[in-house]
Amino acid sequence: MSRHLINLKDLERGAIQELLHLTDRFVEVGQRSIPKVPALRGRTIAMLFFEDSTRTRLSFDLAAKRLSADVLEFPTRSSSLSKGESIRDTVETIQSMGVDGIVIRHSSSGLPREIADRVNDSVAVINAGDGLNAHPTQGLLDAYTLCQHFHTVAGPQASLEGIHVGIIGDVKHSRVARSDVHAYTSLGATVTLVAPKSLQPPNVQDWPVQISEDLDSVLPTFDVVGLLRIQKERMEEGLIQSVDDYVDRYGITEARAAKLRNEVVITHPGPVNRGIELAEAVLEHRENVLINRQVTNGVPVRMAVLFRLLGSGVEID
Amino acid sequence: MADRERRMTPPYGGVFVARTTVLDAAQVQRALTRISHEILERNQGLEDVVLVALQTGGVEIARLIARRLFEIDGVDVPMGTLDVALYRDDIGLRPVMPEAETEIPVDLAGKIVILVDDVLFTGRTIRAALDAVTAFGRPRSVQLAVVIDRGHRELPIRPDFVGKNLPTRRDEVVDVNPEGVLLGEMRK
Repeated sequence: MSRHLINLKDLERGAIQELLHLTDRFVEVGQRSIPKVPALRGRTIAMLFFEDSTRTRLSFDLAAKRLSADVLEFPTRSSSLSKGESIRDTVETIQSMGVDGIVIRHSSSGLPREIADRVNDSVAVINAGDGLNAHPTQGLLDAYTLCQHFHTVAGPQASLEGIHVGIIGDVKHSRVARSDVHAYTSLGATVTLVAPKSLQPPNVQDWPVQISEDLDSVLPTFDVVGLLRIQKERMEEGLIQSVDDYVDRYGITEARAAKLRNEVVITHPGPVNRGIELAEAVLEHRENVLINRQVTNGVPVRMAVLFRLLGSGVEID
Repeated sequence: MADRERRMTPPYGGVFVARTTVLDAAQVQRALTRISHEILERNQGLEDVVLVALQTGGVEIARLIARRLFEIDGVDVPMGTLDVALYRDDIGLRPVMPEAETEIPVDLAGKIVILVDDVLFTGRTIRAALDAVTAFGRPRSVQLAVVIDRGHRELPIRPDFVGKNLPTRRDEVVDVNPEGVLLGEMRK
């Protein structure tokens, strides 16, 4: 149906499962003594990051290189954009140079979709995070990380059936939460969002989730504690009273972590505000903190997406 | 069943309809026994020999060869599997998906790698396999064993061990399994 990856909402469960199964293959490629394949030789992928990013940008870059694609780094600060050229003109320019894929991150929700609607038939657009809207590859890599933890691999029928995931923090401003909810629930997990009213998204009643404001009452039921990064500006906006108050109500402190069953896993899209979402000691010493695993899996997940869209000759449906 | 070849052969899919039995079960077994003896003879034993089966058609064949090598020489040769989809030269020209598992249990550096497949046709799969193998180390030599060589090579590639040379038409399909080799075609 689509040759782009804009939002996991566009994908059926089967298409998500297929991408996760394909990720199994690329995890194996990553373990070879030469972890690089010629699958996208001759393809060019432009990286347009209009918003700061370390992990996502680096892992898309590495994913493209491990598939032997050529990567066109677009300098969003020093380019003509600062001379007032519009993003549409920029995309037009890049497209005219003959790229096969455009990976885009932008603070404006919906921009990747807009660009996808305008590019040639031969160009695939991949959303690397747009505003508050979606971060589909993060949703995929988080789901993959959980599948891998609970079942070793995703397999052809990836499932999170029977698993209760808590997503804790600033859900309202989190594209990661939106994509995670979709990925997890598509695979059969139960999801509970935990946030104060001020950080719950509008229309949250339409999401396929349960909602709680009281972490301690729901925490014992979680198999996965999914933390979100809290942005400093939320305090300036008055959505959080104070850091101490937030930690007191929603932080995974040493005391809270001590009450978790050993097998409960903790995820976080990074970078962690140490001592706020997650206590330093928990981050350093607890087993089953999957944060590094999430980063590691970012590469094979993005290889799967790039290969599926640019190399396999098959469109995602 | 030669699923991969079936998908590679126009019109890509359809139903396989057998026309002739080329080899029966006993003949397949005898061919594999002979290939096993030839492997031993060529390499003067099984030291450093590793079987690498091409997914998916080569896997069952390689298992049978490994069993025979054990029966003949008492050596358990390491066996791996290889999906060459990511190394193909026709990526983008037709649907390519790495669907099957790649698992190479040993470092291939310095080893004698014997690629095993069911059917040798254009040679493009083997070309991709030669490329893929180098990602796991630099073998001392690479040899090729196939049950059927059906001709129509598009690259300068030849097998070292062959069950049977079978002249075919390009649009025909060869189906190899331990119960026999069938020649037929795909029908929509």
